Amino acid sequence: MTETQNTVEFTPERLTKAQEIIARYPEGRQKSALLPLLHLAQEQWGWLSPEVMDYVARMLDIQAIEVYEVATFYTMFHLDPVGKHVIEYCRTGPCCLMGGEEVYDYLKQKLGIQAGETTPDQKFTLKEVECLAACGMGPVFQIREQYYMHLTKERVDEIIEELSK
Amino acid sequence: MENTQPQLFKVTIDGIEVEVEPGTTILQAARKIGGDMAPPAMCYYQPLKGSGGKCRACLVRVAAGSAKDPRPMPKLVASCITPVQDGMVVENSTNEQVLSTRKAIVEFLLINHPLDCPVCDQAGECDLQNFAFNHGMATTRYEEKRRTFDKQDIGPYIQLHMTRCILCYRCVFTADQITQKRVHGVLGRGDAAEIGTYIEKAIDNDFSGNVIDVCPVGALTDKTFRFKNRVWFTKPVDAHRDCPTCSGNVTLWYRGEDVIRVTARKNEWNEVTEFICNTCRFDKKSTSDWVIEGPTKVSRSSVISVNKARRDAIIPDFQKKLAAATYTDVHEERDTSQLGIQQLPPERFAPVLPHANDPEP
Amino acid sequence: MGKKILLEHINVPGIETYDVYRKQGGYTAVEKALKTMTPDEVVEEVKKSGVRGRGGAGFPMGMKWSFLAKPEGVPRYLVCNADESEPGTFKDHYLMKNLPHVLIEGMIISSYALGANKSFIYVRGELMYVVRILEKAIAEAKAAGFLGKNILGTGYDLELVVQPGGGAYICGEETALLESLEGKRGNPRNKPPFPAVKGLYQSPTVVNNVESIATTSWIINNGGEAYAAIGIGRSAGTKLISASGHIKKPGVYEIELGVPVEEFIYSDEWCGGIRDGHHLKAVVAGGSSVPILPANLILKLANGDPRLMTYESLSDGGFQTGTMLGSGGFIVFDETSCIVRNTWNFARFYHHESCGQCSPCREGTGWMERVLHRIEYGHGNQHDIDLLVDVAKKIEGNTICPLGDAAAWPVASAIRHFRDEFEWHITNPSEATQPGAVFKGDMALV
Repeated sequence: MTETQNTVEFTPERLTKAQEIIARYPEGRQKSALLPLLHLAQEQWGWLSPEVMDYVARMLDIQAIEVYEVATFYTMFHLDPVGKHVIEYCRTGPCCLMGGEEVYDYLKQKLGIQAGETTPDQKFTLKEVECLAACGMGPVFQIREQYYMHLTKERVDEIIEELSK
Repeated sequence: MENTQPQLFKVTIDGIEVEVEPGTTILQAARKIGGDMAPPAMCYYQPLKGSGGKCRACLVRVAAGSAKDPRPMPKLVASCITPVQDGMVVENSTNEQVLSTRKAIVEFLLINHPLDCPVCDQAGECDLQNFAFNHGMATTRYEEKRRTFDKQDIGPYIQLHMTRCILCYRCVFTADQITQKRVHGVLGRGDAAEIGTYIEKAIDNDFSGNVIDVCPVGALTDKTFRFKNRVWFTKPVDAHRDCPTCSGNVTLWYRGEDVIRVTARKNEWNEVTEFICNTCRFDKKSTSDWVIEGPTKVSRSSVISVNKARRDAIIPDFQKKLAAATYTDVHEERDTSQLGIQQLPPERFAPVLPHANDPEP
Repeated sequence: MGKKILLEHINVPGIETYDVYRKQGGYTAVEKALKTMTPDEVVEEVKKSGVRGRGGAGFPMGMKWSFLAKPEGVPRYLVCNADESEPGTFKDHYLMKNLPHVLIEGMIISSYALGANKSFIYVRGELMYVVRILEKAIAEAKAAGFLGKNILGTGYDLELVVQPGGGAYICGEETALLESLEGKRGNPRNKPPFPAVKGLYQSPTVVNNVESIATTSWIINNGGEAYAAIGIGRSAGTKLISASGHIKKPGVYEIELGVPVEEFIYSDEWCGGIRDGHHLKAVVAGGSSVPILPANLILKLANGDPRLMTYESLSDGGFQTGTMLGSGGFIVFDETSCIVRNTWNFARFYHHESCGQCSPCREGTGWMERVLHRIEYGHGNQHDIDLLVDVAKKIEGNTICPLGDAAAWPVASAIRHFRDEFEWHITNPSEATQPGAVFKGDMALV
């Protein structure tokens, strides 16, 4: 999905959305739009390449390094290409109490990859994350905006099968 | 008429009273008293706006907040960013908790810092080395793996060795405040954070070299000087030139007749007084480029001052006195009657001879 | 003990929509506040209620509001902290997802009280679906005339912006949140200046938790005194508790402050007891950062009285025998739980989430995690235990923001109360590293 710098541009709908976002903040505070724009960019390109980050920097009239600093600080931004579905599973205490570790081991085994890796068919990327604020419904993982809760090995089978279609 | 004179605040630090203007920080007030009174500072850098508060080396105890509200502050405070109040009482090196915390800060800063001063270019002028020597423990309790990074060239003149970095942010403030365009910054977070440009980029602007001077450790070094010498073998001399870009006021570092390094001038707190341009720093390395002002004042305690003057010039009869003080009649110690020793009295000792390491007279 | 303030209408179908919420009496508090009260009167009412910050610190909200600087010609901001990330806490997630208008209504009232014309809700980025729910609710409220220019013809203007975070626990710290909202790394600021003087865009700012803001509509409708009458003493009102771990009924419960801990755990109204065939071993009562307590200490005070779900009762005994209410993240452990493993897990969390700005936290959190990892995986030494205690002590109180304390407390408290278990791991590494192995020594289970 890499594109050269010249072709990096939001789709017309996203461009409108981006302009709306930038207009939310007081005059001269457009840098506030950085996180929302990075989310928007990740939605379009799947990950944040340097070219995409440079594009966002130009859009907000800030230095490219200001974008890199921010993108590398927050864990939701993918700085390398990822698979079609990024499974972000919660590894924190309360989910582990609910049997999270076993479920995640099963998930890794099923996909044949470890956290941080992508399946050879580019369908799934596994990412370990910290608490997703759904502790009572653990074990939990998230794929894009969707939360999958009360996970069991059977649920994992169903979800992977559904997404593999 | 209202009194337009600014009212001064009285602050007591370790029992010594000092008067400072409102808005002064505890650290600056302590520096005003001078010498050992000043808390150590690894990230704070007076010329850089917004610096400080991060390393926690300068934590002190406020035993009384002010004359009006003499309650102590509940936690140790960062003296570099805490403004004084009138009647404030501060404990720095007289407080056990402050000293033990400082020891802990040294330990924290060193757990991921290589202990290889003998091969580090910064040795001898390293804030962390001084901090550890003055406030740290002789050993570490850290048994885990240390983080390491590969060395990186950021441009033709500067090398970044992230392994040594203590994330003081000084170089970031420098780039923000004295250059037009910052290309390096802090990437990542926690103890995985690093200084970098993200994608390979040279830091190229007229003032980029100043990041070397502000770096408290050997993370950012001058590639034109790397491994050429040890600072304690070099002789710093203040000089200036007519520079169209900067003030042209620098320190030249000589080894024999050669200028092997040019840096900005620093004050007694190791802070740059005037930032200099890259042309002065990297391109002007002949004596003929400069008007020499005289030797740079170096603190006696600094290793840089070592061997900078003939000993007989500093302490003319040091050796004689030493000899006299330690003189023992050998006859008191053992029976030498059979040996025929003729012992010289101390005043007969030879006059001080120049030492091999002494600079040329 | 069943008083519901925030979750009263949780089971009404369609309550997430404006129309249903309005039919249930929604937005009457906005009408009352904007049409019949001055901003100062709203502040006064909130002060009277005694409601305390529900994000974890428990600072009285009215007092926080009254600290807000009001220089002429400078905008003021209200920022809602919806960056809920403390392990064990998921009440704000639950509230915003199910009852978005309760928060929006509270935001309008609070913004009016503070004189803010643009207010922000900073939601953790992972909850992007909640961002969309809130944005929809805001659009509905705006269409109904409760947001925008000249609200209800009172001349008061307010715009609400929902801002997503990017994945960083530290942004729950209010100054880190403000930095993040300004499009920067979430590095907490040195204080002073406090946000009340210099906050968002260097303007006076109040940052409040979702649950705190959400209480304001009830307070305006029913009066501060009525709110203060609920609960016990300085623990006024109700509190959302996120219950998780080895209980029969995990979930979010609204309790009147003052419920005995034992009742909260065992009553069918709430957690429903420990899962079948198991026993209570320990509880983390207020989110992962508060001290863990063994079963006997969480249920009873040192004098034998029952411990209550209040700020005061939970902290009774200091850290020697007490803990904190914190954010209300109530994590229950039964006897199958390995305290060492859980402590390592939490230490890993804080190491991962340290911003890296100040040295004690940046270096200390990693150090603790590595030592705990060694102990958990059978490579511990006896001196590691005291080392951990000392490192935790050296972090605590010496950092820019409370993350340092939050990282130190779980480690220090686990060792304080479960030292045997750490020692067992060190002296019996081959046994302790077996899958599912748990210390079975002398220990008070309930």
